[in-house]
Amino acid sequence: MVLLTRKIEFAASHLYNNPNYSAEENRRIFGKCNNPHGHGHNYTLEVTVEGEPDPVTGMVLDLKELKEILEREVMQRMDHRHLNYEVAELAGQIPTCENIALVIWNLLEPKIRQGRLHRVRLYESADLFADCYRNGASAGGKA
Amino acid sequence: MSVALRIELGRRYRFCASHRLHSAHLTEEENCRVFGKCNNPYGHGHNYVLEVSMSGEVDPATGMIANLADLDAFVERQVLEGFDHKSLNEEVAAFRDKVPTTENLCIEIFERLKTFPKAKLERIRVQETGNNSFEYAGENQEGNRP
Repeated sequence: MVLLTRKIEFAASHLYNNPNYSAEENRRIFGKCNNPHGHGHNYTLEVTVEGEPDPVTGMVLDLKELKEILEREVMQRMDHRHLNYEVAELAGQIPTCENIALVIWNLLEPKIRQGRLHRVRLYESADLFADCYRNGASAGGKA
Repeated sequence: MSVALRIELGRRYRFCASHRLHSAHLTEEENCRVFGKCNNPYGHGHNYVLEVSMSGEVDPATGMIANLADLDAFVERQVLEGFDHKSLNEEVAAFRDKVPTTENLCIEIFERLKTFPKAKLERIRVQETGNNSFEYAGENQEGNRP
């Protein structure tokens, strides 16, 4: 099995606020991320697909096709958007790295027809990211 | 959701420390041969990057596996306070009689972080330089859950 990774970047704004918490609780739990006017990040998304290279083309999947899927499913939905207000899939959720990674997995997984989605890694900054895997899959791709 | 998914939170930290690779079980000449420049008696240092991966359920109320403030405070207390701007050989007890290679550093850091009470430590990665990095996930996956 070979793992193939493609990276894209998008910029978006968000804020963390749970309407079931008091204003004070929201500030205590979410800190600066609770600023009601929101803030933004340059997100980096790494999408890893697993599979066997096709004997004729030598490809796990056509990178062009993956690029188009990422453009359609992620860039058009999230780039230069407010994640709380403009992304239907995140409605009612706190748009943390964890939740955005899960949403992106669920958007991409049914669209990838050659190979199989292995990992979605979403960086909110260079020092913070979330990884999403199929349950039972190991980080190295052996399970 | 079409399949059961596993989610991990990754966080990077930085610390600067000095070390010297030297084993009391080897002769001067052997130390010099095995460790090369890293055996220089006055030691040298690195800007280490520590990557910590935690897994767990995403709390629907917060959208988080673990609150970053809790994780940051834990890593600060367990690792960074004792390692940053220190000599690993002289100031970290574990390296009094163990060579502070980044392999051993990984094991020591993993042991210090596996008791995080709010999520499961999956693995750590330590980057010694931009060209060298080391990963450790414990010896017993089941045993890592605090």
